[in-house]
Amino acid sequence: MASILAVDDSASMRQMVAFTLKGAGYEVVEAADGAEALDIAKGRGFNLVITDVNMPRMDGISLIKELRGLPNYRFTPLLMLTTESGSDKKQAGKTAGATGWIVKPFNPDQLLATIRKVIG
Amino acid sequence: MSIDMAQFHQVFFEESFEGLELMESGLLNMDPGSVDDDEINAIFRAAHSIKGGSGTFGFNEIAAFTHVMETLLDEMRDGRRPVTSEAVDLLLQSVDVLRDMLAAARDGEALDQERIEAAQGELERLLHAGAQASVPVDTASPEAAAEARCLGWHIVFRPLPQMFRTGNDPLRIIRELAELGELRVEADLSALPALAAYEPEDSYLSWDLRLLGETAREALDDIFAWVEDDCELLVMPLLEEAVSAPPVAAPVAPEPAVGAAAAPPLQAAPPVPERRSSGDRRKSERRKAAASGGGGSIRVDIGKIDNLINMVGELVITQSMLSLLGEDFSMDKLERLNAGLEQLDRHTRELQESIMQVRMLPISFSFSRFPRLVHDLSAKLGKQIELRMSGENTEVDKTVIEKIGDPLVHLVRNSLDHGIEMPAERRASGKPECGVISLSAEHKGGNIVIEIRDDGKGLDRDRIERKAIDKGLIEAQHNLSDKQIYELIFQPGFSTAEQVSDVSGRGVGMDVVRKNINDLGGNIEIESDPGQGSAIIIRLPLTLAILDGQTVRVGDETYIVPLVSIVESIQLKGRQVKRVAGRGETFKLREEYLPILRLHQLFGIEDARARELDEGLLVVVEGEGGHCGLFVDDLLGQQQVVIKSLEANYQKVPGISGATILGDGSVALILDVPDLMRLAGQLDAQQLRQSA
Amino acid sequence: MQQKQLDDERSGDEYLSFRLGDEDYAVDILRVQEIRGWESVTRLPNTPGYVKGVHNLRGAIVPIVDLRQRLGMPWREYDKNTVVIVLHVKAGGGDKQVGLVVDEVSDVVNAQMQNILATPRFGAAQASEFITGMLGSDDKMIMLLDVDRLLNPDDAAEQDEGAAA
Repeated sequence: MASILAVDDSASMRQMVAFTLKGAGYEVVEAADGAEALDIAKGRGFNLVITDVNMPRMDGISLIKELRGLPNYRFTPLLMLTTESGSDKKQAGKTAGATGWIVKPFNPDQLLATIRKVIG
Repeated sequence: MSIDMAQFHQVFFEESFEGLELMESGLLNMDPGSVDDDEINAIFRAAHSIKGGSGTFGFNEIAAFTHVMETLLDEMRDGRRPVTSEAVDLLLQSVDVLRDMLAAARDGEALDQERIEAAQGELERLLHAGAQASVPVDTASPEAAAEARCLGWHIVFRPLPQMFRTGNDPLRIIRELAELGELRVEADLSALPALAAYEPEDSYLSWDLRLLGETAREALDDIFAWVEDDCELLVMPLLEEAVSAPPVAAPVAPEPAVGAAAAPPLQAAPPVPERRSSGDRRKSERRKAAASGGGGSIRVDIGKIDNLINMVGELVITQSMLSLLGEDFSMDKLERLNAGLEQLDRHTRELQESIMQVRMLPISFSFSRFPRLVHDLSAKLGKQIELRMSGENTEVDKTVIEKIGDPLVHLVRNSLDHGIEMPAERRASGKPECGVISLSAEHKGGNIVIEIRDDGKGLDRDRIERKAIDKGLIEAQHNLSDKQIYELIFQPGFSTAEQVSDVSGRGVGMDVVRKNINDLGGNIEIESDPGQGSAIIIRLPLTLAILDGQTVRVGDETYIVPLVSIVESIQLKGRQVKRVAGRGETFKLREEYLPILRLHQLFGIEDARARELDEGLLVVVEGEGGHCGLFVDDLLGQQQVVIKSLEANYQKVPGISGATILGDGSVALILDVPDLMRLAGQLDAQQLRQSA
Repeated sequence: MQQKQLDDERSGDEYLSFRLGDEDYAVDILRVQEIRGWESVTRLPNTPGYVKGVHNLRGAIVPIVDLRQRLGMPWREYDKNTVVIVLHVKAGGGDKQVGLVVDEVSDVVNAQMQNILATPRFGAAQASEFITGMLGSDDKMIMLLDVDRLLNPDDAAEQDEGAAA
């Protein structure tokens, strides 16, 4: 069963993402900000990480940069959740090593479809 | 949509209201001169979250409105836009509008379109007037070339060596392409180095792809969107003549050539997820009452719930131990029985305290509206006022929080309006131009004491006195202390303000404030220092459901007097008792003469033991701005009682605020001190008439 | 005849009947919560004389009303046969519990609407305010009481009359 780390400071978003992905059979672990996510990631591996960009303590782009520095996350798909007006964020994300992005707002089906394409 | 989003709505609303409060307090604290980076980022993030969530959950108008706010905030935090107090005020107003929009969405009510459009218009105007409007337009995919007839695409896909390090997989991309139509793939292995030089983490392969079928260019752009910087990409339309014999896949490639038949698409119908019950919803570890309108739900610290569960566990153990003892009881087990009962008593009391703790919330929930109130009103009045709050963490029962809000607002408005002077006036009297209102709460002696102090001009004693004389409330030759004069403002219809400004509310007078506080089982006092300021002191019981009471006996009847109202208990032997016209019997306590309330008379108790005043006891109580003495036979013990309402099955009885069940199962009535004082006044008038 | 009797029993409303002195009264059985003996009450000051006080009924504070006094009849001393009927009433916009002190409880009576006659004006004017009909059963005339009106607080006249006792 593939595992996903979902990072977002909004509880309602986290719940929705977790619910959607769990329902599709993925194992989902949640984190409320980049620092928490990094701690969790250092302890175990995931097949995919999906993270919001704007978060307290550590934002999504910094998280991606840090994750790429961890040996077992060098090739892990890392996806950002961004809003449509953040094209500079997308660039910054890519520079930090992000695999791609999902544009907010999205609906659960779109999320699932994208995740499936990436990790099956 | 196969998943019902509505189950996440409640959390979204709660979260969004919290976010709005964060925005509001952040905006209020912002000093346009020196903006704190962290602060403005926090405000931005709050707006961003609300926008994201509202869009995701389908509240599009909210998303659109918040988007404009977010854009403004984004520019401010980037430094592209100066933080002006005009902008801050506009954002504060927008927070109000947004709050109403969220409440309407949550309650299923219609949105106030006019107000929203007006507010949004203001925001947009500011947005475009100020710094460079930087609403970056997303790189829209180029228009698909209007081909005469596009039969497909020829794609040359050459990933750069670092492709894998972005977590992207060329194979996945090729599979996605295969879903769009008939795909012919030819791998190019020319870049593969010798094994010794081979870097396993680099990408060396390239592909020549032909995708047949009428696919829109956007679809291709979407597929390559993530990797466009990490590869060389050539996309050319296949026009009529270009569709020639497909190139033969080079067999040497270790990569399996994806042949003409597209691999089975990964698009199996997603299994319909089971509807999860709300048990999935995590209990929040933060504590908060239901947003805006109370009464609904409470968020409780998990620790408190765990505590309760432990206690109930202990209780069950004690109970089963006792029932075991009872099954086969003999007198030699008496000691164990007593020990068990003692334990039961202890556990029950602990459980009771813990449950009460659950309903306790910090009074900050009532105080939180004041920074904004003071900010707005002082601006409106042209005064400079600083609000200092302390003791916001003091905990009170949830019902007290709900009911104390309005009285507090009235009192603070009074200070703002009538207490603190205009800056010029303050300067003239040697005070700092900025007035201070301080709002504090603390636990003192089993009650919560709330104080509202201001350093304004204080109460005008003479004016109050004059008005009271005019209204016939006191005689011209009175010997009331200053404090007693000040207390007169709690009389109905008493307002010495030249005009009832709409700031202090229409006709809500101090008498209503006092009544509200009394209804909560508390009392209110006022102190004043002319020219220096005033203070309102409110004392409230910690909870409405339980009362600390003094049991008293009159004849065969037992009554409970709320401890919070009791000043002291005295014997009347040797004390001076005078009959005063219009006030009945009075006794002397220190420098004052206080009325005596004979409970046996008020309540028609015929078998009262004490008839002469020196045979019984006097319980000195305070209420309704005054003191009086309740004449009773005996004092019994003090105990905590659970308040039960008489109105539930009967109706309000004059002089009685409720009832309780004593340990022996009998009912004892709880006295309503302010009511009693009123009753005594009526009775006295009646007696005077009869004897006249 | 037998058939009609059966019909009556099957399709009627049921009433709990009780006595006050020589007179028979009844209340809708669906309103009866329980029947208890007389237990001590805590007096309520400054209330009409027919309100004897309140009693603790499993944690609820329930007012106890002497029905004789409420209907304007003389009070009778309570003894071990005295019964309190605890009723559900609708008053003041809610559901309340009230206890009525009566002399003794009789039967459950089954009646169809036809058996309920209109109330003639008679005797104690006060009593007739609370009677919604008359029920003929065997050779008795049973007066049906409107329980919701019994707790009506606005009868100032009774307050004065009932103040003694």
